[in-house]
Amino acid sequence: MAATERKDTARYARRQRTNWTATILSIGAAGFGLTWLALILMVLVVKGVGGLNLAVFTEMTPPPGGAGGLLNPIIGSLILTVLAVLIGTPLGILAGTYMAEYGRYSKLTSVIRFINDILLSAPSIVVGLFVYEIMVARMGHFSAWAGAVALGILVIPVVVRTTEDMLLLVPNTLREASSALGLPQWLVIRHVAYRAARAGMITGILLAIARITGETAPLLFTALNNQFFSWNLNAPMSSLPVVIFQFALSPYQDWQQLAWTGALLITVTVLGLSILARVLSSKKVLT
Amino acid sequence: MTLANQAGMTVAKEGTNMTVAIHTDIKEPSAVEGTAGLEEKVSVRHLNFYYGEFRALADNNVNLYKNKVTAFIGPSGCGKSTLLRILNRIYDLYPNQRAEGEVMLDGENILSPRQDVNLLRAKVGMVFQKPTPFPMTIYDNIAFGVRLYEQMPKAELDGRVEDALRRGALWDEVKDKLDASGLSLSGGQQQRLCIARTVAIRPEVILLDEPCSALDPISTAKIEELIDVLKNDYTIAIVTHNMQQAARTSDFTAFMYLGELVEYGDTTQIFTNPKLERTQDYITGRFG
Repeated sequence: MAATERKDTARYARRQRTNWTATILSIGAAGFGLTWLALILMVLVVKGVGGLNLAVFTEMTPPPGGAGGLLNPIIGSLILTVLAVLIGTPLGILAGTYMAEYGRYSKLTSVIRFINDILLSAPSIVVGLFVYEIMVARMGHFSAWAGAVALGILVIPVVVRTTEDMLLLVPNTLREASSALGLPQWLVIRHVAYRAARAGMITGILLAIARITGETAPLLFTALNNQFFSWNLNAPMSSLPVVIFQFALSPYQDWQQLAWTGALLITVTVLGLSILARVLSSKKVLT
Repeated sequence: MTLANQAGMTVAKEGTNMTVAIHTDIKEPSAVEGTAGLEEKVSVRHLNFYYGEFRALADNNVNLYKNKVTAFIGPSGCGKSTLLRILNRIYDLYPNQRAEGEVMLDGENILSPRQDVNLLRAKVGMVFQKPTPFPMTIYDNIAFGVRLYEQMPKAELDGRVEDALRRGALWDEVKDKLDASGLSLSGGQQQRLCIARTVAIRPEVILLDEPCSALDPISTAKIEELIDVLKNDYTIAIVTHNMQQAARTSDFTAFMYLGELVEYGDTTQIFTNPKLERTQDYITGRFG
């Protein structure tokens, strides 16, 4: 009955028009964004692939006009990232655990969450300056340690956030069930809550790595750069973003080419990490 | 908000609509006929329970007898689950929930602050409404709790796992896939896994909080058979919305309403000849 009465209404036609308009606008907006992304990636690939050869991975950064590669910044970036993750992840996981498990109902948790959100969106150059003040200025020189600390500080809020979110997603019934076996709280967290939240927590760490891989500003004030290969954590250390920054601004053609290649390497790495994070978070449980 | 809290809120709402206060005379549960000569495993005396300011249980008195099954029935929000959750102090996980009165387990007041809650929970196991297998293998779901209390060689642990799964009436279905995830089982199997897990650590009392409400009739039948076998070794309390289930599985039945224990007695007597009209109304389906 009601369906037949509804047949011709102008209202129905109007709704359909609105629907079409909204759909087209949405597709347009998505297309607009994706176009720029595609263009950036295309330019990056076109300009970067040309310089991609074995020397990039086996030779040091060259003086202007000389031949060379990106070995020292690649290794430097790896060292800095690993150290930053080692510094930031335990702190982030412990803080997130406090917020979701021990202090779930406490006021302190909301305060921490608020401050953490600020830290999450703080400009990274501020973090660089902060570490410059507390480490570089006092030690009197730039160092890989300072760079790692700066990046570590950027890792913390990302990991805190994902750890807390993922642990909050673990159903309380699971906590009750494990407590009901007589497990003390720390074992409930370690064996049950972490296990149930593992995929999400690993995703958070991967996202944090993806975030710091491309950071330049905090490193300019801390690890600076190094034209030579160095394992010394107390000395300045080369890193891909800083080398790209320096080489891209230079007037030398070969340096610019290396900068393009380096940018491609970082982008591919971040893309890879993001895809990995996606894959992990789509799998609910890893047993 | 916790589930229990929501349950509490329901009572509050129902409570405001109530004009007639109900009074019960269960001051001494051991005076109930049929209990003479039975060993009191758990005895609850003058128990009050609060969710924040709201009083969810008022002056409850009830006994659980050794190797007997006691069923708790009553409409939603009457405090059955709340009472059960006090017996292993699982409510301790949440702030603003507190119990007053006495709950004696083998003569010791478990509400005392000196009571070690983890040891208590090893003695008083609990199975929840929703199956809650841990995100690990079937084997580890059982072995996990055992390892917590006892160290033993692998062969003995294997034996314990098998024994627990047999007691949970699950062994034949899972013996070839002990390494599969506990989450890969069906709902009914998961619930039996949870019972097996509870049994594996050799508790003395087992609390079943609506263990069959999420299960199909066949799984329910299996679990009811299981309860019948388990009571040879354990003291069991079961909360259920299913009147027939209470009648089938239990030796004693407690009817609760609005946080009060209205009537408590021998199951046959409660279901055939209840003393109070309100109990009669509930079991015949006139309300609730």
